[in-house]
Amino acid sequence: MTSTRETAFTVNGRAVRLDLDPRESLLDVLRERLALTGTKKGCDHGQCGACTVHLDGRRIVSCLTPAVQVDGRRVTTIEGVAEPGGDLHPLQRAFVDHDALQCGYCTPGQVMSGLGCIAEGHAGDDDEIREYMSGNLCRCGAYPGIVAAVRQAATGERDG
Amino acid sequence: MRPFAYEAPTTLPDALRALSAAGPGTKVLAGGTTLYDLMKLDIETPSAVVDVRALSELAGFDTGGPRELTFGAGAPMADVAADPVLLRDYPALAESLAKAASQQLRNMATVGGNLLQRTRCAYFRGGPPFPCNKRLPGSGCGAIGGLDRGHALLGGSDACVATYPGDWAVALIAFDAVVDVAGPRGERTIALADLHVEPGDTPEREHTLDWDELIVRIRVPVAPAGRGSTYHKVRDRESYAFALASAAAAVELDGRGRVEDCRIAVGGVATRPWRCREAERELVGGVLDGPGARRAGEAALSGARPGRQNAFRVELGVRTVAEALRIAGERAAR
Repeated sequence: MTSTRETAFTVNGRAVRLDLDPRESLLDVLRERLALTGTKKGCDHGQCGACTVHLDGRRIVSCLTPAVQVDGRRVTTIEGVAEPGGDLHPLQRAFVDHDALQCGYCTPGQVMSGLGCIAEGHAGDDDEIREYMSGNLCRCGAYPGIVAAVRQAATGERDG
Repeated sequence: MRPFAYEAPTTLPDALRALSAAGPGTKVLAGGTTLYDLMKLDIETPSAVVDVRALSELAGFDTGGPRELTFGAGAPMADVAADPVLLRDYPALAESLAKAASQQLRNMATVGGNLLQRTRCAYFRGGPPFPCNKRLPGSGCGAIGGLDRGHALLGGSDACVATYPGDWAVALIAFDAVVDVAGPRGERTIALADLHVEPGDTPEREHTLDWDELIVRIRVPVAPAGRGSTYHKVRDRESYAFALASAAAAVELDGRGRVEDCRIAVGGVATRPWRCREAERELVGGVLDGPGARRAGEAALSGARPGRQNAFRVELGVRTVAEALRIAGERAAR
């Protein structure tokens, strides 16, 4: 029988300690237990990227991460991205500048993935951005805007 | 998801003890991108899970050795894919990782766990009411005579034609990789070519590891042909998809431009990583040109047994091998 396991980690710099069923995904824990509903549930099977968050600074999909596995680690979600004063992060600003969304459901995952893409050095040109953003689907088809937004944030230019 | 006991040991001996103590029906959890996914679908229903993420014995990799490359089973796919030595000296190995999954998944998944990634066959993943001999032995195969567009052309049986979905193992088999495995009886080494098995009458058996054994590392003998290599992968979309057909090809040329060493393996078209020795023999000793590459591709796919919807992938496979050889040959000539 499944027993719970005490799991301690940080989310957006805040320490969290929870008794977790090992079946619970990080995605469900963020949304259902911590009320951090910015992280979206799309496919729940690692195929769409809507649930992308950062674990110890690297982008991962939270739907395929058993939450007990983040014990002792550092989680960053879309709620932890804006500047301390509440101003949008330059990549979020770039999404607005380039109309890089329509319905917006995939956007938190796109932004978290885009931050990873830039930090890894994989935003050198549009082809590379497309390749390294391919784990994030947008059914509205806002891809041209998303590529432009990632490029703008990577180069620090404002051409929109 | 069914309840399960969860253990997270921190050393290899503790992990092996935890595996033995938990008994058959226990699964090893690393990156989780296959196992946890299939647990959500109730396709994998382990009674216990041993999480090996924290084992330092599985961490890291070394591509600088004089005789072999070693990859800890727990190294993330993304880290290995970005290794500068691998990119320069064994591009087929780096590309096989970089063209698999998405960067998020490559940050999670490990190079050891990836070897035993399970098939994407929709009848296997779909669960009841679909029959599947791999999931429920004796229930039949829905893919044979059914929706088999993505199913295997090589190595299938009357019981199962599920495609082996991985890329990394296809590149590794071309370079004669071996796998070091730890278990309660000590360590042993298995040739990667002997790790996976064809379905035959027992498609539920996919590999030759015992349930209480754990892959510790992968080793690849140094090969000059690595510089002239590529992993060519053809998909329904340009990125983030499983292979319709793929080929690992490596070529080493002698001083006169003739093929001295040649390695060919195909993926996405077979029930296991598939080395193509006959295709390699087509080329060794000769000049690598378009017609020769085409002949090698035909040799690689010569045993193909297409079903209802997948016959187009025979010609696609032939051309994929030929194109991989063209790229590999260009790199070898540099």
